[in-house]
Amino acid sequence: MMHNLSIAELIKGLKNKDFSSVELTQHYLKRINESKLNAFISVTDDLALSQANEADLKIAKGDSTLLTGIPYAHKDIFCTKGVKTSAGSKMLDSFISPYDATLNHKFNLENMVMLGKTNMDEFAMGSSNENSYYGPVKNPWDLKKVPGGSSGGSAAAVASRITPFATGTDTGGSIRQPASLCGITGIKPTYGRISRYGMIAYASSLDQAGPMTQTAEDAAIVLNAMAGFDSKDSTSASKETPDYTKKLTNSLDGLLIGLPKEFFSSGLDDGVEKVVMQAIKEYEAMGAKIKEVSLPNSMHAIPTYYIVAPCECSSNLSRFDGVRYGYRCEDPKDLDDLYLRSRSEGFGKEVKRRIMIGAYALSAGYYDAYYLKAQKVRQLISEDFKKAFQSVDVIMGPVSPSTAFDLGSVKDPVSMYLADIYTLSVNLAGLPGMSIPAGFSKNLPVGLQLIGNHWSEELLLNTAHQFQLKTDWHKSTPIEL
Amino acid sequence: MSLDNKQVKEIAYLARLSIEDTELEQSTSELNNILSLMADLSEIDTGDAEPMAHPLHMSQRLREDEVTEENLAEEFQAIAPKTGNSHFLVPTVIE
Repeated sequence: MMHNLSIAELIKGLKNKDFSSVELTQHYLKRINESKLNAFISVTDDLALSQANEADLKIAKGDSTLLTGIPYAHKDIFCTKGVKTSAGSKMLDSFISPYDATLNHKFNLENMVMLGKTNMDEFAMGSSNENSYYGPVKNPWDLKKVPGGSSGGSAAAVASRITPFATGTDTGGSIRQPASLCGITGIKPTYGRISRYGMIAYASSLDQAGPMTQTAEDAAIVLNAMAGFDSKDSTSASKETPDYTKKLTNSLDGLLIGLPKEFFSSGLDDGVEKVVMQAIKEYEAMGAKIKEVSLPNSMHAIPTYYIVAPCECSSNLSRFDGVRYGYRCEDPKDLDDLYLRSRSEGFGKEVKRRIMIGAYALSAGYYDAYYLKAQKVRQLISEDFKKAFQSVDVIMGPVSPSTAFDLGSVKDPVSMYLADIYTLSVNLAGLPGMSIPAGFSKNLPVGLQLIGNHWSEELLLNTAHQFQLKTDWHKSTPIEL
Repeated sequence: MSLDNKQVKEIAYLARLSIEDTELEQSTSELNNILSLMADLSEIDTGDAEPMAHPLHMSQRLREDEVTEENLAEEFQAIAPKTGNSHFLVPTVIE
């Protein structure tokens, strides 16, 4: 079936005229409309078909790029001109973006086809997609389970093959964890690699966009279209962008893989550990050498992240005031009432919680104890990685301590935060990280995490690609879909 | 360190959020649980570690002082809750 094809295969199909972009688009739109996962907040049928038409014309004229005519879905955190951009929040339920995110602009220049905007935890705050104003997304492998978050809609959509790929964002694991829980491939590049312009901010020193795909080869193709310097993003890196598909042929013979002992201690589910260790064995068989490394401060990543990120979010989300755009309460009696009620009615519980933690941690008298201290520990976490990468090329481990859990089963915020233990330190250090399908535990997908040094996306993508040449886990699809 | 209901209301107000009295008890307990998670930080010896403000230790890039933004006032105001005479309207602040 067409929807099981990878992007690399779809590109060939379009080129050989096996199908047109319009046919491809219609096929995916039909699948989206029949899907019961709640993976989309908006489906942009008309826009998609007109973009597909245009793409077909460009292809016919020989005026196309590699990705012309390829359909995709955007996480609903990227501003798309003329299209609702909600960030999963009531606050932005009526927000029609007046401008395009740089990422969207780049996709439009290639005449790619946007199928719609995917569901997500409100303002990207969450690990289960249960914090969305538009209701939770279901995991396609088991409809009673969460897809992970915050890019849960994107992950579920790619896993159920209702879009060839989707964009995601990762502030503390929001690409890698849902990729792991839904059995797809996802990469969070080095901080600064992809423009954040027009990507609704959660925690600006951590936020980074990335592709969510079936395969590592697809991730490399899409990353080529996403990455690059942008003068509109003051934290964008001016570093040159390589062609990420070029090194997908390198042998892994002699690759040094580090296993952080802290990632295999208590708290890790036995079934997940077994799958991860089996994947490591596969790498050994390909000629890689395994070495134990230590990231002693990574165990402090939870308190560090849950100070730094809420502090930044309390500042970033102060822009939602009910005055210039977004939700405004009914009949405000004065300006203070307008602020108070617009924000209290417009934000969901988890968002309010994080804003309050941030407001408290930044308030006079507490700044040194919380924010400054967390920024110092962040330095230590980063130095651990620096040390580890002196002796290994890639670090591997689990993405998440467990497979997908039941919808509604994790009720207290702290337990939810603890599940982010293996992903947070990567964002704090600004490193690239990846999740690839590595097997199953009790019929639910398990991801393997690959962590590289700054700017080592090529190495990560090839390391993942070589694994996918030897294994079939990335080709498994949920049964009835 | 533990917060009481009154402090939680104050913090909420600092961020211009209000908490219903019916939810106050639960909010206070959740915030205290989160803060106890943070308490671990105080026990870490950070020695002379510099606070890490940027993941790549880069400094903010500056640009030429030129006007690059287009005037999109109308488009931006079209999505505002309430406007008039090219202003964003709010309840009267000064009589």
